[in-house]
Amino acid sequence: MSDQSKLYEVFVRSRRGLDHKHVGSLHADDPEQALEYARDVYTRRGEGVSLWVVAAGDITASQESDCDSFYDPLDDKPYRHAAMYDLPEGIDSL
Amino acid sequence: MSDKVVSMPNEERFQARIDAEEKIEPKDWMPEKYRQNLIRQISQHAHSEVIGEQPEGNWITRAPSLERKAILLAKVQDEAGHGLYLYAAAETLGITREELIERLHTGASKYASIFNYPSLTWADVGAIGWLVDSAAIVNQVSLQNTSYGPYARAMVRICKEESFHQRQGYNIMMTLMQGNEQQRAMAQDALNRWWWPSLMMFGPHDGESAHSAQSMKWKIKRRSNDDLRQQYVDQAVQQALAIGLEVPDPDLVWNESRGHYDFGEIDWAEFERVINGNGPCNRQRLAHHVKAHEEGAWVREAMAAYDAKRGKPTVDVA
Repeated sequence: MSDQSKLYEVFVRSRRGLDHKHVGSLHADDPEQALEYARDVYTRRGEGVSLWVVAAGDITASQESDCDSFYDPLDDKPYRHAAMYDLPEGIDSL
Repeated sequence: MSDKVVSMPNEERFQARIDAEEKIEPKDWMPEKYRQNLIRQISQHAHSEVIGEQPEGNWITRAPSLERKAILLAKVQDEAGHGLYLYAAAETLGITREELIERLHTGASKYASIFNYPSLTWADVGAIGWLVDSAAIVNQVSLQNTSYGPYARAMVRICKEESFHQRQGYNIMMTLMQGNEQQRAMAQDALNRWWWPSLMMFGPHDGESAHSAQSMKWKIKRRSNDDLRQQYVDQAVQQALAIGLEVPDPDLVWNESRGHYDFGEIDWAEFERVINGNGPCNRQRLAHHVKAHEEGAWVREAMAAYDAKRGKPTVDVA
């Protein structure tokens, strides 16, 4: 593996209609090579019908250590959940 | 050799995939009409989510309590998010956000007609959440199985969030019905005004729907307008009766042999009038959207200027 090779994150769509899911990462010199490596490493047994490779450096990620402040405003809103609202007896289609 | 012969294998493969209940994904070959049909339907759906913020947004500052205000804010925020999911799904078909907004503003693209009715009282916020969101959910649940992958996945996300919407609306109606005579009358009045427009949300009868046959063959639509409308009526009537509301339809009656409610005929003249731009609020809804878009121009320009300053490629903000 050369010092220049870049890290790529790999996403596989296991079946048409489903989202691509992250399955792992690998090093490659360019996107085309990353795609071929990904095929060889992650889909040897028909695991997918579509592959995405994304240069890890192009991903902007939230920090787990920032969770408290990042998600804090969302934590105290139980009314966003349907379960907060009681229904009259016999009504189950809401 | 004609274009048709050249395109036959593609078209056959495409239809075979659909017949086998496989999803179509953005990079697949698809008939141009399938693409256009989807752009029309998904963008209409997206515009509906966004324009639908207006009748409810109208009551945010006048909600009867801080809790109701927070709930309504959260709901309207969800609608904006749903619009975003759907615009993003439409964009996978090769159309830009700017073009989609342009089509809305010129009237080339439509949105759900029900949002052209005014929200006159607080009870209307209840009626909208309960009836309009219920009707939308009946439709959207069936669209979770639509043939275009990004649209189907957007529907799954949206349906998960909608349940809170209809329940908070129903809860407003239920609370009013447990109140005094005036409050009960307010809830009944809101139902009287929103009931028929909510039935119109499912569109024309099956025999008269312009896009239905092809959309069913391509599985863009999975269930017919009348079929979905019947399911909605059966659910909503039961929910109305459970809290003491009277459905404003003299022809409404339980049909034992069908196992469904029979109901009266929709006023199709009104349906056409509102769809064609002459409902109570059509001009106001569109003018408001245009105004908000134009007043937001400086934000888009500022973002482009900031990107330019940092040496990033600018996006066209026209």
